Order: sequence, then C-alpha cells, then structure tokens
Amino acid sequence: MRFPQLWIAGMKMKRSLLILALFLVGPVQAETLERTLANGMKVIVKTDRRAPVAVSQVWYRAGSMDESYGTTGVAHVLEHMMFKGTKAVPAGQFSKRIAAAGGRENAFTSRDHTAYFQTLQADRLELALRLEADRMANLVLAPEEFAKEIDVVKEERRMRTEDNPQAKLYETLMATAFQAHPYRHPVIGWMDDLKHMAVADARRWYKTWYTPNNAILVVVGDVNPKRVMAWAEKYFGAIKARTLPARKPQAEPEQQGVKRVALKAPAKLPAVILAWQAPRLANPADDSDPYALEVLAGVLDGNNSARLPKSLVQEKQLAVDVSAGYDPVARGPNQFMVDATPAEGKTVAEVETALKAEIKRVQDEGVAESELNRVKAQVLAGQVFQQDSLFYQGMLIGEWETAGLSWRDRAVRFDKLKAVTAEQVRAVAKKYLVDDRLTVAVLDPQPMPADATKRGFAPAQGGHHVR
Amino acid sequence: MFVERSVVVLIALLFSLSAWAGLDIQRWTTAQGARVYFVENHDLPMLDVSVAFAAGSAYDTADKAGLASLTRATMNLGAGDLSEQQIAEQLADVGAQMGGFFDQDRAGFSLRSLSGLSERDLAIAVLRTVLARPVFPEAVVAREKARTIANLQEAATKPEYLGEKAFQAALYGSHPYALSEAGEPETVAKLDRADLVDFHRRHYRAANMVVAIMGDIDRAGADKLAADLAAGLPAGEAPPALPPVAALATGVERLIPHHATQSHLFIGQPGMSRDDPDYFPLLVGNYILGGGGFDSRMVEEIRQKRGLAYSAYSYFMPMKELGPFQIGLQTRRDATDQALAVVRETLKQFLAEGPTEAELKQAKDNLVGSFPLRLDSNRKILDHLAMIGFYNLAPDWLDSYTKKVAAVGRGDIVRALRARLHPEAMATVIVGGQNEPEKADK
Repeated sequence: MRFPQLWIAGMKMKRSLLILALFLVGPVQAETLERTLANGMKVIVKTDRRAPVAVSQVWYRAGSMDESYGTTGVAHVLEHMMFKGTKAVPAGQFSKRIAAAGGRENAFTSRDHTAYFQTLQADRLELALRLEADRMANLVLAPEEFAKEIDVVKEERRMRTEDNPQAKLYETLMATAFQAHPYRHPVIGWMDDLKHMAVADARRWYKTWYTPNNAILVVVGDVNPKRVMAWAEKYFGAIKARTLPARKPQAEPEQQGVKRVALKAPAKLPAVILAWQAPRLANPADDSDPYALEVLAGVLDGNNSARLPKSLVQEKQLAVDVSAGYDPVARGPNQFMVDATPAEGKTVAEVETALKAEIKRVQDEGVAESELNRVKAQVLAGQVFQQDSLFYQGMLIGEWETAGLSWRDRAVRFDKLKAVTAEQVRAVAKKYLVDDRLTVAVLDPQPMPADATKRGFAPAQGGHHVR
Repeated sequence: MFVERSVVVLIALLFSLSAWAGLDIQRWTTAQGARVYFVENHDLPMLDVSVAFAAGSAYDTADKAGLASLTRATMNLGAGDLSEQQIAEQLADVGAQMGGFFDQDRAGFSLRSLSGLSERDLAIAVLRTVLARPVFPEAVVAREKARTIANLQEAATKPEYLGEKAFQAALYGSHPYALSEAGEPETVAKLDRADLVDFHRRHYRAANMVVAIMGDIDRAGADKLAADLAAGLPAGEAPPALPPVAALATGVERLIPHHATQSHLFIGQPGMSRDDPDYFPLLVGNYILGGGGFDSRMVEEIRQKRGLAYSAYSYFMPMKELGPFQIGLQTRRDATDQALAVVRETLKQFLAEGPTEAELKQAKDNLVGSFPLRLDSNRKILDHLAMIGFYNLAPDWLDSYTKKVAAVGRGDIVRALRARLHPEAMATVIVGGQNEPEKADK
C-alpha cells in the first residue's frame, strides 16, 4: 500500500524545478535542430542516442488561461476528445495503433498549454507524426462520444479535486489570488461549467486553437533530424494555417493589500499556503529577479537542511511538512509559493508567523555564501541529471517555447543562475515577499460528515456481509 | 497544475519488467556476502546506486507495525558523527540526491551523484555511514513518530487509503502483508529508539543486501564501491523466509462509510509471487483484462463504453509471496452498483472465454514492441537491476523476455488465470457506496 503524502496540487512539480529545470550541453553529443514550416508550425528535434527510442510531443499554445467564463475546463475536455476519432482513425484507434507499435502515449493540459506525446522505438516515430497531424486537422467530435467523455472528466474532477481538500485549497487560493487573470480558474474547470458543457464548446475550442501556427512539434531521441524534418513537412506541412484570435492580456491589477481565504473541508490536519505575486521570466538574457527568486526558493527549501524544513519541521517542530516553490517559466502572472502543514497541537497562525519570520530573516540578514553555493551545486548537478530522461528533455523545450521563450535561452539561464549574488537574493525577498502581494489560504479541517450511503452492499455471488 | 488524461497506463507498468536484449549486467558477491548488479555506462557523467534489504513491512509484527518503515526513514537523520543537517548539507554541497524506498518486501536507499571523484566519493561515504552507523537520535525519533502519526491520521480521512487498507486486511488476514506499511497511529506511538536499533541490527546486514550500480564508473571502481558499502555492515545471514499466503476461503465484502462524492471499489485476492512459473501468461492476460490501459477490457467497459470512471484497472503485483491481484476504479456514488456489476461480469466473461486472437496479438505487440522503452534511461536500468537482484531473477530474465511474451498462447492465459482467480472467493471493498437515486449528483 502506498502511504499517501500530503501535497498541494501544482506544488509538487514546482519544488523540483530548481534542481531539474536546467539544461546545458553535456558530454553526450546532443544536437538540436529547429525550423519553422511554411504554415507557421515550429519543429524542434534533439538527438539523444543512448537508447533506440524517441519521444514525440505536440504542444499547443492553448491552456486553461485561454478559456472564458462559462466554459472553464474546455481545454482539458478537448484534450480528452482528441482521442475520440477522425474520419480516417475512428474513436479509440489512435491509442490502439500507438500501442500496437509498442508505444506509450498520453496527453496533459495545463494553464499555459496542452500537449500530446508518444514514446516509441525510434524507427516507428513516423506513425506518431502521421496520427498527430491527422487529429490536428480532422477531428470529428461526435456528440455521442462527447456525452460519454464529459462524464469521464467529471469523474476526474471528483477524484482529483472534489474529494481532495488539499487540492481544493489550492483551487481556492488561485481563485482568490487572481481577480482578473484567468489563472483564477482551475485547469480541470469548475464542476458547474463541466455539467453545462456542450460539444459545440469543444468544437469552437478546436477550431480556434488547433492550427499549425499555434503548435510546436518536439522530438527527442535516437533519430535522424533531417528525416524527422521531412516527415514534419510531409504530415504537418500539409495543414493550412488559420488566423489566431488576438490574445487579450487580461492583466492582473496591482494587488493592494493582503488577501485571506479559508476553506472548510473534512480533514484531520490544517494546511496553509502563502502565495506572493512574483515576476515571470520574460527576457532570459536581461532579467535578473526571476533567477534570484529561484535561488531564494532553493535557500528556503532546496534540501532537507534548508531554512524552512530545518527551522519549522526539525527545530521548532511547528509543522510536519513545509515547502517553497517558484517556477519562472509561465505565460501569465507568476507567484512564489510556500505551503505548510501544522504539527499536532500547532495552529496555522503559529506556522504562518514562523514562516514569515524566516522570510524576514532573509530580508534583514541576507543569506550565507555557503547556502548560495549549495543551491548552485544542486543547479549544476541538476543540469546533468535532467539529461537522463528523453521525455523530460522534451518537456523543457516545450514549456519554454510555449511560454514564449526559446530553448536556446536555457544555457543563458544557467549562467545567470550561477551569477546570482547573496545581495540579489535578499533584494528580491524584500521586493516581492511583502504582504501587499500576498494571498493566504487556510484549510480549516472539519469533522468527517455522516455518510450518505442509504443502502447496503449490492448482492453478489457467493459473498457475505462482514458489516 | 498537471492534468493527465489517464493513470491507467501507469498501473500496467507495475506489473512488468523487461529490457532490451544485450544489456551487459555484471554480477558478483562481495566478501561480506552482498550481491552486486552493475551496468557500466559513460554516456552521462553521473552515477546511480541503490541498496536494498529484505526489511519491508512484511518483517513487522502487528503490535509494532510501522517499525520497519520508521527505521528506514530515520537512518539518514543522524549517522556516525553526522547530524541530520550535516548529512543533508554534505550531499547538497556536491549536488547529490539521496532517496529512500519502502514497500512490503524491500527497504533501502538510492543515491544519484555526479561521477567526478570528489562528488562521488563524498556521496558514497555519506551513504555508507547511513547504512552502517545510524544513530537514531531520541529527539529525531520522537519527531518522526509524531509526523508519521499525523500523516496516518490525515490518510485515514481519505477514501483511497481506507479502501487499500481494508483490501489488504481482507486479503492477508494474519499474514504480515496485511499490515499497513507505515503502521497504525497506536503502534507507531509505542515504538522507541531501542526498537529501531534492534530492527536495524537484525535486518541491515551485508548478506541481506543487494547493491545495484549504474553509470559512469568502471568495474574496478564499482567493485570497490560495493565492497565499501558492505564493509561497514555485519555479514549476518540471508533474510528469514516469509510465511506463505493462504488463499481466501470465501468471498468477503466490506462497505466503509465515507462522505466522498465518489465510491472507491477494490476487488481481488492474493495473486502471484515473483517466481511464479506463469509470470508471462499472467502478464499478457492481465494486459488484456485491465493492465493495458485503453487496450484493456476494464477501461473499455467502464470508461469508454459507459463513462463511469476516469481510471479503471487490474494488476497482479508480484511479490516475494503472493502479492495482490486487484481490480479498482472510482465512480460517482449513484453508479456504484452498476460499476460493480460491470466489473464482475467483465471478469467472469474473461475467465470463461479467454482473450480473442485480436486481443492477444495487440497485447503481445505492445509488450514486445515497448521492450526498449523500459530501459531507456539510467534510472530505469538501475530500478531493473535492483529488482532482478532483490528477487534473484534468472540470469536470462531480460534476454528472454520478448521471446517468452511472444510464446504465450490463448490457452496458456486461460489456464493460468483460471488456476489463480476465483471470483467466488474474492474480497470486495467499497468506500462510500450507492446513494439513493434522488441524491444522485451527476
């Protein structure tokens, strides 16, 4: 049995990003080729010949931040529907054909993008490209398939959010931190919007965003880049581009004071999340604050002896868990987050006070050179370790590109991180981790409510009731 | 935020193990009796090491459940002359990452480091100290007990945890596989430092140790590394055998009340052990039944045809003794009875008729064709070395994998599944349960 860990949706990935989200050319001769097809679709191919395997990822620059009120969740619903058939490849056959070729495939939707991926033996890559191109242009979106799949998505929301107080707390935090920007909506959508979603909503989404000039193909693996480019031209190059709608910035107005929100939910332990409005990485060569914030996250929570776990978990024993996270790569307004689970008998208020005291210590006294060097050593090692996974190498390229950055800038970022000074870390702590930028969300645990079960066990063959 | 379309595909991976032909695994035993599995690879300047012991929760007793887990979790929180902060800082200073793993059979540590000598040697020295000279400081033990208890109490509010726990108890009765891996709040509260010292002394021994090494080091270096890790430990003896698992005599049903919007269903029985001679027929058969994601009947019947659940799966978890066979799904409460009926009918029909030729071909094509994907990174190779070593799998395990999958016939699957799966004597656990229709929330 797995022992469930407490974690906040969306934070788990971010924690590791400081260590993992870096890249420099390593000792393996990796080559990256980029070109843009005539229809505007970008293709990026990176060779990695350690295994006879390749991963293909098609990234669309359309995520939940591109949705509107009333149809939240449609980006993710469309992602599900992308497996439900084209004229040439009937419902379910995409997955069947990839599986028959020994491939693994799936897709994911985030605030910023939607991505589809397949991993196969490298000599079978062409199949993935052909099928992806087909569903970029020829999706059927049959009403009867939609009717079943929207039920699946509702079950997904129940599983991930409705019955998960920690995930609901994160959802509540985001809806509070952002007043205007669509980051306030959950990626999976609000349940009421899912209940009222129509196939026409999915069709409109598909028609609006699924066009080659809004897509990026990333291939990583044991491939011949020229041949991949030729396949990309053959399959994706044949798809006509459509004009994309103007993207409204929907900028978040400047926050003017702390925001607080409480969520009552059946749980045993309370929890608290602190989120400060923070910058995103916009100009990798010129920006400096995002790098300093990344190092700050490492100083606070980069290892088991970093400031927050050492102070709150080990020494004061105020919390059973604590973490800090900041991911500079985003299309929309960014946040620096800290979350904690109070220990038995400790209150959220005590924990919040202690967290803020640690931040004030950075603001007043700065950080030690040894702490800085420790974070940089982890960054250095991380840029080697991340080359172990083909999929992750593709993820980094796709995330940077869909955020409007270039994969080439990851090398710049590494140099910039190495150059971060203690004074810069202190300066960003003073500039950004202030109450006027802060939203606090608190989980207020409630007793378990009475169960709604009205009937006993369904009759079964040969069984008996234990209770 | 990361919303995946499906987790069912991941479940399939629990079952299977393979590699592409030609992986050169070097094996030897150290002077102290530790078994070593090594693949040399210099593509990346990094090294992965894993050390495993037969020291999982199966070696706990009911009154001290959680001891094995707490021992492993506190070994790296103070060892030799190093405090927990010094251990964390020394590793972080060279960019090394130490992780732990724990299940019913196995407990241990993994270490990832740059392969430069200064980084590597420091990281290995820390690991060696953690293995051989854990201090279990009183204050750390008290704190980690409190954290464990808090997490267990929170877990006890979650339907998936309650369901898994009840399912395990129903399958294993008085066998140690029934024990909760992290223990119970009451049993953890009773543990003290002396218990941890004693558990460590009895189980963390060189003769009970499997070392896996993958990456940028040569054979002489790997030899020395493994010898160093083992040298700090007493030789001891091979681990004690676990008792055999008894089959369920009758069907068992448990309904656990819960307020959640979904019911969680768990259906199954003790399934197979790691050394089961029918491993491959069961692998292929389960792929078709519920292990193969969108290729499987469970996903087809529950999700694709009826939209009843996001995730529906079946798996055999091969363990030292009979690990669980489990079918699972989560569905809105008013669909509980319907989903259970579909699962039972799907299983019954599959056992009666077996797979179609088309299903068999699809399953084999995928399992054979995805063979190279299972070892396409250092991490995956390390995990397989550790598995092969811990379970003492045959030397040709990897090389014969695709051949053995390809040789499976319909008759093999029907015979193997019928010999093991007995729907009339399965455990069914439901957390939540069917609502009255007017309370339906669809």
